Amino acid sequence: MSDAVIAKGDGDAARWRKALPALATLGALAAIVAAAMTGVIARGNLVYDVFIDPFIAIASLPDLFVQTVWEGFVAGVLYALIALGFVLIYKASGVFNFAQGIMVVFAALTLVGLYEFMDNAGLPAGGFLALLALVLTLAVMFALAVTVERVVLRPLVNQPEIILFMATFGLTYVLIGFGEMVFGGNPKVMITQALGLPTGVSDFAILGGRVSIQHLDVAAAIIATTMIACLAFFFQYTRIGRALRAVADSHKAALSVGITLNQIWIVVWFAAGIVALVTGIMWGARSDVSFALDIIALKALPVLILGGFTSIPGAIIGGLIIGIGEKLGEFYWGPLFGNGIETWFAYIIALIFLLFRPHGLFGEKIIERI
Amino acid sequence: MYYRETGQYKTSYIGDMAVFPIRQDRIGIALILLAAYVGIPALSSEFVLKTIMIPSLVFALAAIGLNILVGYTGLISLGTAGFMGVGAYACYKLTLAFPEINIVVWIIASGFFSAAIGVLFGLPSLRIKGFYLAVATLAAQFFLQWSFVRVPWLFNYNTSGSIEVPTRTLMGVAITGPTASLEAKYLICLTIVVLLTWLASNLVHGRVGRAWMAVRDMDIAAELMGIKLFEAKLLAFAVSSFYCGVAGAMAVFLWLGGAEAGTEFSIQRSFVILFIVIIGGLGSLIGSFLGAALLVAQPTILKFGLPAIGIPLTGANAEHINSMITGALIIFFLIVEPLGLARLWQITKQKLRVWPFPY
Amino acid sequence: MSDAMTRMAPADVTMAAPARDGEVLLKVEDVSLSFGGVKAIQGVSFDIRKGEIRAIIGPNGAGKTSMLNVINGFYHPQQGRITFKGNVRSAMRPHEAAAGGIARTFQNVALFKGMSTIDNIMAGRSLKMKRGFGWQLWRGGPALAEDVAHRRFVEGIIDFLEIQAIRKQPVGRLPYGLQKRVELGRALAMEPDLLLLDEPMAGMNVEEKEDMCRFILDTREQFGTTIALIEHDMGVVMDLSDRVVVLDYGRKIADGTPDEVKADQSVIDAYLGVAH
Repeated sequence: MSDAVIAKGDGDAARWRKALPALATLGALAAIVAAAMTGVIARGNLVYDVFIDPFIAIASLPDLFVQTVWEGFVAGVLYALIALGFVLIYKASGVFNFAQGIMVVFAALTLVGLYEFMDNAGLPAGGFLALLALVLTLAVMFALAVTVERVVLRPLVNQPEIILFMATFGLTYVLIGFGEMVFGGNPKVMITQALGLPTGVSDFAILGGRVSIQHLDVAAAIIATTMIACLAFFFQYTRIGRALRAVADSHKAALSVGITLNQIWIVVWFAAGIVALVTGIMWGARSDVSFALDIIALKALPVLILGGFTSIPGAIIGGLIIGIGEKLGEFYWGPLFGNGIETWFAYIIALIFLLFRPHGLFGEKIIERI
Repeated sequence: MYYRETGQYKTSYIGDMAVFPIRQDRIGIALILLAAYVGIPALSSEFVLKTIMIPSLVFALAAIGLNILVGYTGLISLGTAGFMGVGAYACYKLTLAFPEINIVVWIIASGFFSAAIGVLFGLPSLRIKGFYLAVATLAAQFFLQWSFVRVPWLFNYNTSGSIEVPTRTLMGVAITGPTASLEAKYLICLTIVVLLTWLASNLVHGRVGRAWMAVRDMDIAAELMGIKLFEAKLLAFAVSSFYCGVAGAMAVFLWLGGAEAGTEFSIQRSFVILFIVIIGGLGSLIGSFLGAALLVAQPTILKFGLPAIGIPLTGANAEHINSMITGALIIFFLIVEPLGLARLWQITKQKLRVWPFPY
Repeated sequence: MSDAMTRMAPADVTMAAPARDGEVLLKVEDVSLSFGGVKAIQGVSFDIRKGEIRAIIGPNGAGKTSMLNVINGFYHPQQGRITFKGNVRSAMRPHEAAAGGIARTFQNVALFKGMSTIDNIMAGRSLKMKRGFGWQLWRGGPALAEDVAHRRFVEGIIDFLEIQAIRKQPVGRLPYGLQKRVELGRALAMEPDLLLLDEPMAGMNVEEKEDMCRFILDTREQFGTTIALIEHDMGVVMDLSDRVVVLDYGRKIADGTPDEVKADQSVIDAYLGVAH
């Protein structure tokens, strides 16, 4: 049942009904603030602790707030990058690629693993070797794209999306098993310096306090932005980009106008592989590189439902909302719930958004026809 | 030769609508039940019961639950392990609060608690579909998993932070806890699974099952047919979670004898059950059993099979190979036989009917 | 075959002969529907009388299917009034329309592809099956008896539509013409008062069309069902229907008997095209 149609159904009445929850929420908030100001509720009262106390904490130490937001922002950029990998493949082939998170880990592991291997083999460590490892890793990601196309996608042309989705589950497990067998299960350290990424910290004095910013995070934000811009351009304005969008709409129709599906898929999965590599480097530089990182793929999923599966701006904005929301939630509201709420907080945010916009913030609304 | 339906005429609609319309099938199912009740407990070693038979039954039950949701109603859920956990913790709290009531009653009753939670997390399915719903069910998974770790009331403030299964008896025989024999646990598992499978089979072959499949195949047409989507979907969530909950309670009380939420009810387990459903066959009860048996037995077969044919294997590598094979199997089945082992089973029966002729 | 059907038909179905000037079953008044800026239907009014075959025709994109969607509650018009069986209808959900006695088939076959022919038609009996969840769990006694009773009715429909041979086949694998027939069967299983057929003969060859025409006429004869159909084959429309309403660009341009409509200048213009 299309909601657009229901909502349009009865004019003013419908509009009022839609506005009602918002009005009710506003009213409730006003009542809580009033109650807090008049002293009816105070610390220890759950309502006070949820709706008033965290905001007092924010107002009293604004620098801490800025620091938290910045950290959320950086996390959000990385979420957005993973989400972007998902969106790319989804837009371009209609495949919801569950394996994107594992591709991130796999790419990072390959990079570090190759570097270590060549280093041990006696090649001089440093920038050149890192570059060589980077090129080789790209080659591996390309080989992965070709393999996926050959082994998984080609036999599944024109299958329902849900089948392709489940196939990427299989791919995830193959990659986990293969990666761990080749590189071992031990965490590795990202070759941040050899890649020429900055490592320092700068402190800024603002709002009567200090906010410290990792240079790496700044670099991550810049690189991510550049890459997103390039990809957006590629998809919107090149011949291949147009073909990609055709493929996403219908395999059959795309084939019938002479688009070579096989090439397109290799291009898309390779692009997703590059995005995975960049994400892997950035994420690996902040923690270590191991298969435990695959949890970040699950973190990127709420970003996707928030932004909509088909929207690049959606992935970015969704990533930032989740990143910042999660950090603020954990820092200011987490203690109330006994901490660790990071694991599900993002999902709850996304779920609440979904109830109001079933196709995400920027997803395409489908008018159902029959 | 012996598998022929010639001469078996159906003279009533009841006969035609039976789950096993062919006499040989009915005999076959009776033989399987006999083997399961008498043969396996008598012949199997403790190791086989503990690592293959009991977990197969537990996972088969959970897979039936998930299959009702994914295979029959077409709603993807990645929160299976979370719902299993609800069943396990509900059963634990119930048996601690009312130890005088038999544990078997509580194992089954715990399903109602996970059904309630399932309906709650199934509510978004009324508005969202497909991948969006799949991701939304992850919210259930992560939230429930978090509660199992962070709400000490659930594990009765044990210092270990996990469920410690008390000894409970049925007619004087210990069936849970460290002193219970594996045979007893196995037989209880088997009985619960057989009973619940029979009920599930009744459901999916009747009006309710038709409504679910109609929603799966073409929800708009189903609604224009007078099927209420919200009722059908929420009922599917409730029944599905009920099965998962009972499976969870069984896993802790009759198989593991204790559980740590972080590992037993993690997202990985949700995935494994989804794989069982895919490999076994979407929308097939038999498939749930076949898939569970395959995925449960696979690591053991690898561990003992590969060295037996001369390939040395370390423990860690066995795990990696297992994960790769599972992944490859999923892709293989999706490509070659999307309806899974259940379809292969059907094809075999078809071939058997006309054997020794090709058709 | 028809004997069997008569026997199967439950008592509450009116076996009345088609009434040309009978009472009005459904009345559409001044209905408008738009999607965003696109006006699919603008101020259309017409009625359907009990027992008649009413055709809705018009060029592609004229709003015919949207009209059916409005009638069975899938779309909710911004304006206008729909009276069904004498009751003015507020915005209702499709399943409520189904409960009220409106069944339909679809332009692009919307069968339950994974289910067999029998199960598809049985699904059409959903509304008539009353046994609750508890009985379904057991599926013996009353629930089974109910299933068997409805199976008997469904077999009547299968005989009526001459699809005995494909009873147990999954409908996804049937040829298109048979799928359309199964879909008609599924709608008939609802024992509707008003049956909406959206291009029941699209993509069929002459013989299949003749069969389908026969089924439509027989349906009215035997069940007294009122039928509204959309069809592009003018020969079929003119032969089958009692009255025709013509839509073009979401507006009604003509309404009357086939002969009247055929002679109408605006209809000729709409089909042959004039500068708008």
